[in-house]
Amino acid sequence: MNIEKFDSRFEILPIKEIIDENPTTKTFVFEYPLGGKPGQFIMMWIPGVDEKPMSVAFDDGKEFWVTVCKVGPASEALHLMKVGDLVGVRGPLGTHYNWGNGDHLALVAGGYGAAPMYFVAREAVKRGCKVEFFIGARSKDLLLYVDKISKLEGVNLHISTNDGSEGRQGFVTVLLDEVLAEGNCDVVFTCGPEVMMKAVGEVADKHNVASYMSMEKYMKCGIGVCGQCAVDDTGELVCKQGPVMDWKYLKKLPEMGKYHRDAQGTKHYF
Amino acid sequence: MANLSVTFCGVTFENPTVLASGILGVTASSLKNVVRNGAGGVTTKSIWLEEHPGHKNPTMIGTEHFFLNAVGLSDGGIKKAKEETFPEYLADKPAPIIGNVIAKSLSDFEKIVAEMDACGPDIIEVNISCPNVDDKYGKPFSCSVGGASDVTRIVRSATKKPLIIKLTPNVPNIAEIAEACAKEGADGFCLINTVAGMVIDTKLRMPVLTNKSGGVSGPAIKPVAVKATYDVFKATGLPIIGTGGIMTGEDAIEIMMAGARLVGMGTMVYYRDVAGFAEVVKEMDIWCEKNGVKNLEEIIGVAVKK
Ligand SMILES: Cc1cc2nc3c(=O)[nH]c(=O)nc-3n(C[C@H](O)[C@H](O)[C@H](O)COP(=O)(O)OP(=O)(O)OC[C@H]3O[C@@H](n4cnc5c(N)ncnc54)[C@H](O)[C@@H]3O)c2cc1C
Ligand SMILES: Cc1cc2nc3c(=O)[nH]c(=O)nc-3n(C[C@H](O)[C@H](O)[C@H](O)COP(=O)(O)O)c2cc1C
Repeated sequence: MNIEKFDSRFEILPIKEIIDENPTTKTFVFEYPLGGKPGQFIMMWIPGVDEKPMSVAFDDGKEFWVTVCKVGPASEALHLMKVGDLVGVRGPLGTHYNWGNGDHLALVAGGYGAAPMYFVAREAVKRGCKVEFFIGARSKDLLLYVDKISKLEGVNLHISTNDGSEGRQGFVTVLLDEVLAEGNCDVVFTCGPEVMMKAVGEVADKHNVASYMSMEKYMKCGIGVCGQCAVDDTGELVCKQGPVMDWKYLKKLPEMGKYHRDAQGTKHYF
Repeated sequence: MANLSVTFCGVTFENPTVLASGILGVTASSLKNVVRNGAGGVTTKSIWLEEHPGHKNPTMIGTEHFFLNAVGLSDGGIKKAKEETFPEYLADKPAPIIGNVIAKSLSDFEKIVAEMDACGPDIIEVNISCPNVDDKYGKPFSCSVGGASDVTRIVRSATKKPLIIKLTPNVPNIAEIAEACAKEGADGFCLINTVAGMVIDTKLRMPVLTNKSGGVSGPAIKPVAVKATYDVFKATGLPIIGTGGIMTGEDAIEIMMAGARLVGMGTMVYYRDVAGFAEVVKEMDIWCEKNGVKNLEEIIGVAVKK
């Protein structure tokens, strides 16, 4: 047998720049040729604190970004770090989004899902794609990446907020439904809360458009060993088969949009 | 095709490969997926009486030679096993299941084994490699003849099912510990658990694992596992799940020659993916064909008899 050269040790990198995105979200920039593709993730070690999965928000072969929302101890610790502080990185890990040159893409982002979707959009327009970018949030101040997205050529931005403080009031799926009804989109990609992604998959189905989504399940190793991110009832691993997965597969899973598991493997319903 | 099926403590396994405890063992779906990928049997994660949080990440790290982990035995507790994992697995039981349990005191060991017995596993595996609180030094029970005997005696009284003890290699004489367990009624052994180890990040000048030290598994520990199996087989003659660094069919054959009746694999999935189970079984079959072995019984412990 030929054991591939395997090394999941950390690359220790200084934070090059920190960008405040909104009151709870920051983007961390690292100068390092990670080679991440849109949809892939890294495991980020905050020394002395924890190590967590984070999506690659951008990667041009010279630097990469990670956009982190403050939700608990690890992300809070990261938010307290300063330029020059060291973190450990392993990756890129998992699957990524695929599309053809010139495709017409519908991208649907919720929460920090805007970051990886921005990465898709930025790469796709370089390859002659047209992009409908849907972004939803509870209110205006929680919208992410809107400035960056609006600067991209070939991208139509569709905004919705639950409270109507920006764009259309209501769920982002309503806007998606209207645009897909025009019949021009080839494929839908989505990254956001699982319940939102499920609704997106259902809207895409209604219009017979294929859809792919970034799954987020509890991950410890990120390399297919611990089994923490196994989904019911196939038992396959989101860290290896995903995080980007086909809705055709996901919609058959009894847990899709219903529950996830914590670090002990205990179920929590959404 | 050679006959790769083996009987272990009266339980028949279609092939001798078994998923080791703590790898891909969080849910019944995952265990069933491992069987779909070729494993002859599966072992649950170590199950506690109560929910157990485990250590914070980093808990795992791999290189081409070894894997190091300090997951810290995170688990949802016996209630989850009883209500979810076992009923879901046993509903269409694709292969034998070994229920691995862990506790910190003798009385908890007695309780958890009784609870596990009621879950309906084919075999109960007792992990005595966790530091215990009854011992004033917090040494694992499996580190002393006395500790190992005490646990075995008490768990033996709690179940009539086949009962095997999982031993640590981090002792001067593993055979002596195994003999003590055998005397108290253990039906067999699973060995080895991981070898104590540490990795330091030279840039940060600190241990990588949050728990600082951890357990080494994977290719580097195979010779340790082979010797431990050899020594325990020679001393007790009891059935053994030979575990530690088994990556290929030939590795599996090697540890069977040292006395293993079943072959445990955990870290193999890091190097070969879960599909590696079917590949290892195929490699064993090819080896048997080439070497004129018609039944794996012919090779179990042969190296010990020489
Ligand atoms: C593939 C993937 C990509 C991700 N990308 C991003 C990203 O780009 N930006 C971002 O802000 N967050 C991302 N996350 C989520 C991020 O890992 C968690 O928000 C973070 O780990 C929270 O840790 P905490 O200690 O701050 O909070 P905690 O209080 O520990 O957790 C808050 C919530 O975060 C989730 N979570 C915690 N730990 C994990 C874990 N190890 N794996 C998965 N979910 C966890 C749980 O749902 C939990 O309820 C991603 C998760 C996955 C699986
Ligand atoms: C990530 C990981 C978690 C483990 N968890 C457990 C556990 O919960 N209980 C246990 O008895 N052994 C546990 N082990 C030890 C394995 O079952 C096995 O004995 C050891 O890894 C050697 O085999 P391997 O080289 O095939 O992995 C764990 C090992 C690893 C790598």
